[in-house]
Amino acid sequence: MTEITRVQELVYEIKIEEVMTRDVITVTPQTSMAELSELLREHGISGTPVMENGELVGIISIEDLIKALAEGEMEATVGKKMTTNPVTLHADEPAVVAADYFARYGFGRFPVIDRKGKLVGILSRGDIIEGTLKKLEVEYHEEEIHHYRVSHIFEDIVSDRTSVVLHYNVASQDFEHAGEASSNIKLALTRLELPTQLIRRAAIAAYEAEMNIILHANGGGEIVAEVQPGQIAIRAVDTAPGIPDIEQAMQPGFSTASDWMRELGFGAGMGLSNIQWCADEMRLESPPGDGTCLEAVIYLTRKDEK
Amino acid sequence: MTLEELGHQLSLKVRTATGKLGTEVTGGYAADLLSCVMAKAQAGNVWLTLQGHPNIVAVASLLNLAGVVVTEGVVPEPTTLEKAEEQGIPILTTPLTTFTVAGKLFALGVRGVDET
Repeated sequence: MTEITRVQELVYEIKIEEVMTRDVITVTPQTSMAELSELLREHGISGTPVMENGELVGIISIEDLIKALAEGEMEATVGKKMTTNPVTLHADEPAVVAADYFARYGFGRFPVIDRKGKLVGILSRGDIIEGTLKKLEVEYHEEEIHHYRVSHIFEDIVSDRTSVVLHYNVASQDFEHAGEASSNIKLALTRLELPTQLIRRAAIAAYEAEMNIILHANGGGEIVAEVQPGQIAIRAVDTAPGIPDIEQAMQPGFSTASDWMRELGFGAGMGLSNIQWCADEMRLESPPGDGTCLEAVIYLTRKDEK
Repeated sequence: MTLEELGHQLSLKVRTATGKLGTEVTGGYAADLLSCVMAKAQAGNVWLTLQGHPNIVAVASLLNLAGVVVTEGVVPEPTTLEKAEEQGIPILTTPLTTFTVAGKLFALGVRGVDET
């Protein structure tokens, strides 16, 4: 179903110039039908534009040749047997226009001209089909490479320790974009095809850490997600005043949030305990006046499943 | 039961993501403190809240909730609706209180996280 839709789309997307044959074999009105016969046979083509002094003056096809052969007029010139004022296509038109022309006129090929009227190529039905298939193939490969790269990064890159590190800047009091860093972390982990439960725990930890920065770090901060084989570390670093009593801060329900923050549903005093609940390891360092560094590590396989 | 059926039964007004109402609702959760929701609500749950600010979308999306019911006639902020539409999170509104909505959902068979 999607394939069909994509082909239909492609016919609108692909321009005639992308699929046409550029090296056009041409003849002049003075070429004889016998010479034409030889030329068509030699190049394996069934028709060709007729050019005179760099101008397109007509088109001649194998049908005209057969007619000339039947009438015993092989020595006649192309100029006598050709179709004058041939129907042309513009190079910058979408392939769908060409498809419509093929259906409407029943011709096997159309000369392609640019907007100045100069012959730049020739287009047959086969060219459209081939061009569409080629484009589909390229897209298919790109899609494959895309998928491949993301989910196989850890197996493919050889190092003593491989990790993917994602940095997100978080501005203080920026409620407009609150949750974006954690949403993007969740998206990245999904792309890396990690287990759902792991993603859920990392997303919750990242969200709480992000909200901590937005609510409490006056100068803003950074959320870092580091993905390693077997574990994810979420780090929140800020230049906030720091936490005077970490033990107290870890207590569920303890909060220093202002009234208006609480009114918005923040500052439940659950942030740090939520992180601890999600993490297998948690470190919180906040030397007075030196900012806060929080690290939550989540293992791929949890030892004590809660 | 799907969110669409629940919304119909309770006459909830669908504000966003009309195409995402077909998800089976796995349970319900009600709270206005976001960290509580983060800790308790399960994927596929419907969440009842009084909050109408954009962060409810982030919470719902991070937890893969089925949708959010904003109660007591609270009108979600325009940015909330924009973000919800963008991220495909259904937001439904009602003049009913959280208590009443929860009761009606319970009567329809939707259970809380402590019972599922």
